[in-house]
Amino acid sequence: MRREGSPFKGLSVVAFKEAADHMASPRMHLVMLLVILTAIGSIYGAIGQIKETVGQDPFLFLRLFTTARDPLPSFMAFLGFLLPLIGIALGFDAVNGEYSRRTMSRILSQPIYRDALLAGKFLGALMVIAICLVTLWLMISGMGILLLGLPPSGEEVLRSFAFLLTSLVYSGVWLAASMLFSTLFRAPATSALAALTLWLVLTLFWGMLAPLAAGAFVPIDPFDPSTAVHQAEIAHALARLSPSTLFGEVTLALLNPATRALGIIFYSQLQGAVMGAPLPFGQSAILIWPQLASLIAGMLVVYTIAYLSFQRQEIRA
Amino acid sequence: MSTPVIEARGLSKRYGPAIAVDALDLTVMKGEVFGLLGPNGAGKTTTILLLLGLTEPTEGSVKVLGRDPLREPLVVKSRVGYLPDAVGFYDHMSAWENLAYTARLAGLEQQDATRRIAAALERVRLPHVAQKRVSTFSRGMRQRLGIADLLVKGCELAILDEPTSGLDPQSTQELLELIGTLAREGMTIVLSSHLLSMVQSVCSRVALFHQGKVGLVGKVSELAGKVLGGSYVIELEAEGCDVPAVARTVEGVSQASRLSNGAVRVDARSDVRGALAAAIVAAGGELKRLSMDRSSLDEVYVRYFEQVDHAA
Ligand SMILES: Nc1ncnc2c1ncn2[C@@H]1O[C@H](COP(=O)(O)OP(=O)(O)O)[C@@H](O)[C@H]1O
Ligand SMILES: [Mg+2]
Repeated sequence: MRREGSPFKGLSVVAFKEAADHMASPRMHLVMLLVILTAIGSIYGAIGQIKETVGQDPFLFLRLFTTARDPLPSFMAFLGFLLPLIGIALGFDAVNGEYSRRTMSRILSQPIYRDALLAGKFLGALMVIAICLVTLWLMISGMGILLLGLPPSGEEVLRSFAFLLTSLVYSGVWLAASMLFSTLFRAPATSALAALTLWLVLTLFWGMLAPLAAGAFVPIDPFDPSTAVHQAEIAHALARLSPSTLFGEVTLALLNPATRALGIIFYSQLQGAVMGAPLPFGQSAILIWPQLASLIAGMLVVYTIAYLSFQRQEIRA
Repeated sequence: MSTPVIEARGLSKRYGPAIAVDALDLTVMKGEVFGLLGPNGAGKTTTILLLLGLTEPTEGSVKVLGRDPLREPLVVKSRVGYLPDAVGFYDHMSAWENLAYTARLAGLEQQDATRRIAAALERVRLPHVAQKRVSTFSRGMRQRLGIADLLVKGCELAILDEPTSGLDPQSTQELLELIGTLAREGMTIVLSSHLLSMVQSVCSRVALFHQGKVGLVGKVSELAGKVLGGSYVIELEAEGCDVPAVARTVEGVSQASRLSNGAVRVDARSDVRGALAAAIVAAGGELKRLSMDRSSLDEVYVRYFEQVDHAA
């Protein structure tokens, strides 16, 4: 059936209201406090490590993100772990929260489509995440300049901004997933738990499960070395089903310009390569494009499923 | 008074095998206060959702303000206001902010909205708490804030689902008065309730719902005749004479009996209040109270559902 009127009427109203809500919510303040504390800790550790070890490095600023100092992991690793948490915190009660507050039918009796409500909530939360990431980036550059006396070069700014964009997409995937759970489950506690479970499985256990599963599917034949390669490839493909693997690969290529390939490489493929020589940004961008595109596609697919399930719901609260 | 605002034809809604609304025909005219009456689970809320296009009918068609709420939802929803059962607001926002949000969603200009919100809060007597968080509001205040929401929108048709449920008698009275005023100013109002006594003072017509069907539609005063078959129930209290015996002598009285609270209940075939009073005074009695409207309509209601249950 054809519907008259724009599905985006009211979209910006919802988005700005949601963004304002998140900015003022204690939940967001807690998550941001956690992120900022880990950022300060890991960057401080990285700076110490850099001062001790590195002499000459054209990408010293990027080292701030990737250097780890025992016992703290690097900022990049922290963020890979915490970004999903931000997405989940902003989305797990997006739809079922409106039902439990009994505001859903009042809002949907205004002249807007459901599309605008869901998309507005998604964009509003993304806006907040973007603001937080930019703030974080400014904070880190500030620390770098103050403590190392080191302004980032043009290429470094480009690479770290690409990293920010990837981070935004990555938490967007989790935002979409938690919004999907918020349409599937009526109780916000249930949807939060479901999202957190998925988060634990995909960020912690998936990396261990993928090789096991690959071993079960394609056992290695000791007389045929190509089966070992095949198994490794399967394991890698399985690992890439988790957005956290994709995010890890993209950040590696962006923040470590010497990365030439993601995944399994044969020695023959490296012929003529100068090991350790950095790739220009354009080459790194080509390298990460499939991963980044998969993350974006994943985000859109999960959002679409949430959208379809929300469209089919009856509004009775 | 003659343009139909709501026209439903053969409207049905099934949930699997369960029938929530069964081939409903309903016409509501402009300027009416129309009551949907029925016990819980009778299908009132489902009917309202169908009218608003918030759920799709299994069969049948509905026109609201001359338009199909499924095909042209934005136009319909911009002219129709809905106050859901147990309405909710964003608790962390103030009353004003809540109204401003729906005003923006309704597409009002900032200045226009500000003016309307101030006026609406004044109307529902909440201006003193405009900047207070809604979490501090009582049930009655929330319900009035919900009415303010409709006023800000400036809707032509207001659909109120169980507007008085859970309110204390005083808040109920206030709300009903507010609804009455809005109706006199020209707003068409459809409201649902499971309590007849709540709506009989405001509704010009009511439809009695029973298991998804509309059994009876009509003016409140006509329903008594239809259901009770021209029988009237009068309650009276008097002293100084044998009241039931005196009452039985009055022309048109079919039965008179003493109730446990000391009053006398008289069943009659016509409105015999005048004759009754005269007879008691003539018998040397002292008349303390004589009433017909007080509980007789609730009686209609109870009798009606007894009858359909017997028929089923
Ligand atoms: N989503 C649903 N699935 C199945 N049955 C439902 C659903 N919603 C309502 N019903 C049934 O429809 C009937 C009418 O409900 P409702 O319109 O809410 O009644 P009322 O508002 O008059 O109390 C009830 O018997 C209820 O159990
Ligand atoms: Mg109901």
